[in-house]
Amino acid sequence: MNGDALVAETELGPVVVTGICGRLGRDLSRALHRKRKVIGVDRRAFVDPPGDVEHHQMDIRSSKARDVFRHGVSAVVHLGVMHDPHESSIEHHDFNVVGLQKVLEYVDAYKIPKLLLLSSANVYGPRPDNPQLIREDAPLLGAGPFSDIRDLVELDMLVNAFFWRNPSTDTVILRPAHILGTVKNAPSNYLRLDVVPTLLGFDPMMQVVHQRDVVGAIELGLRPGVRGIFNIGGPEPLPLSKAISLLGRRVVSVPHSLAKAAVKNLFRFRLTSFPAPELDFIRYVCMVDDSKAKAELGYAPAHGLEATLRAVDEERWVA
Amino acid sequence: MQRNALARLSDVAQSTLPFLARVAHAATRAKDELRLRLLGEDFEERVRSLQRRYTTLGGDPFGFDPETARQAAMVVAVFHRLYFRTEVFGIEHVPPGRALLIANHSGQIPIDAAIIGSAMFYDARPPRVTRAMVEKWTATLPFVSAFFSRVGQVVGLQENAMRLLEMGELVLAFPEGMRAISKPFAQRYQLEPFGHGFMRLALRTQTPIVPVAVIGAEEQYLSFGNIEWAARALGLPAFPLVPQLLLPGGAMPLPTKYRIYFGEPMRFYGDADDDDSVIGDKVWLVQQTINDLLRRGLRDRRGVFL
Repeated sequence: MNGDALVAETELGPVVVTGICGRLGRDLSRALHRKRKVIGVDRRAFVDPPGDVEHHQMDIRSSKARDVFRHGVSAVVHLGVMHDPHESSIEHHDFNVVGLQKVLEYVDAYKIPKLLLLSSANVYGPRPDNPQLIREDAPLLGAGPFSDIRDLVELDMLVNAFFWRNPSTDTVILRPAHILGTVKNAPSNYLRLDVVPTLLGFDPMMQVVHQRDVVGAIELGLRPGVRGIFNIGGPEPLPLSKAISLLGRRVVSVPHSLAKAAVKNLFRFRLTSFPAPELDFIRYVCMVDDSKAKAELGYAPAHGLEATLRAVDEERWVA
Repeated sequence: MQRNALARLSDVAQSTLPFLARVAHAATRAKDELRLRLLGEDFEERVRSLQRRYTTLGGDPFGFDPETARQAAMVVAVFHRLYFRTEVFGIEHVPPGRALLIANHSGQIPIDAAIIGSAMFYDARPPRVTRAMVEKWTATLPFVSAFFSRVGQVVGLQENAMRLLEMGELVLAFPEGMRAISKPFAQRYQLEPFGHGFMRLALRTQTPIVPVAVIGAEEQYLSFGNIEWAARALGLPAFPLVPQLLLPGGAMPLPTKYRIYFGEPMRFYGDADDDDSVIGDKVWLVQQTINDLLRRGLRDRRGVFL
């Protein structure tokens, strides 16, 4: 009873959400704003925010951002990781790394008791010799071929180091599998294609997770006392081909060498947003073992496989 | 005129149709008989029992698909029953629940794994899916990687094997590795040194080890040697020199007779992280048991093809 009261008290403190204007950030603010004060920081404008969300439209790297963290913030959720392969890699890297450095600096300076980074299972990387389900202690090998994931691996490592350096802050890293929903990430965009290209002869097992289940996992991670790294899987894994056929898409299978050359050129002329090395995600397995999240966080995906896959079509008509 | 032609046609039809029907009937019966001989009476029941198992497990994270496995089993049955006429000994030794099948590896291409899998499906009671640990290299091959995953083969990593054993699966491993499969003919039925990984795995998970000896695979392709530089140049694990491939139809293995001996389960106790020499002693016991099974099988067989 006493414990519950304590939990309720700390849970009510204001939470800063960086990158709040993404689809996931908006979902998170909707899930949190009735329970506690939500403060957003994002370069983008917050279209149609819940009434009581305080939004600061600014670059997290700017000196003004310090004021957001200064007074009585009880948690920071860092969603502000840019993954836009067309943006120059220098800007990309600067925004991601310097942005996170600032966040870490503020969390340390103002003794904020909770920091949560939404990383990704992609940091493990799709590889032919991956274990079928990767545990949290596995090396982060995703950066090998993918310069864009290199940023994410670096952020994950920075927060990892911060976890050990600042024991007074409960630091949480979530590494969810492919997030599906209205989000504009690569797996959702891929499954939204009318004709889905696959690699001839490859059909890896996939793990998908509904964006609202990720929001749920973030809420679980924000509870006081929770700390550490957690893989977040979704409903049972399935072969890529089955995911595509459940969504009723047409498939065109292309040999890997051809696909690689084609995607490389299409990407160069900005006709696709998939960089060529990301083809490995539809070639090799990259799935996580989320038994730790299930046991320690009490995480359980609320959306079944069908609902999770269908989520990519939810706002299709808007775009 | 035309009516006349039609009438003639109808006459012909009346006399030949029953004959054709009889032929068709005989053909169906022959097909049914062949199917019965190949697949056995309870084929569908066996498939269903596997389906039930994986439904209760909540799917298989490794991608086993009962429908693909069913079709693959029908193809392998032709080899298992007709082509290699496999004789299976001691399959009742395989315990229910988790177990490690440890076998000798041979035959240039891993038909031995398919036939062991086939035996566990057709001859074991109840049928089991054999989860063979395959070379990581196969995961990079188109079609092969997808097919292997659907029929329950798994990339050979300790983590994967542990997970399978925790699921109560039957894991097949060839601790000799790729060296053994591409042995030249002169070294047939001589075991290569065993790796230690399987023993550590068995100790860690308290899993019984079933030694398995496969006889007949060594003679299916006659290899005169392994050209290592060619293998390296082509990025292949081995480049065996197999002259029969040059003959028409030589790509098919020779129809040797397969004999598979399952030994009694061996249980080991001790520390999984023990010194190599301690683990090595235990590995040696398994290797000797398989060697004994091989010698027994070779002594008892009347001929390579009989």
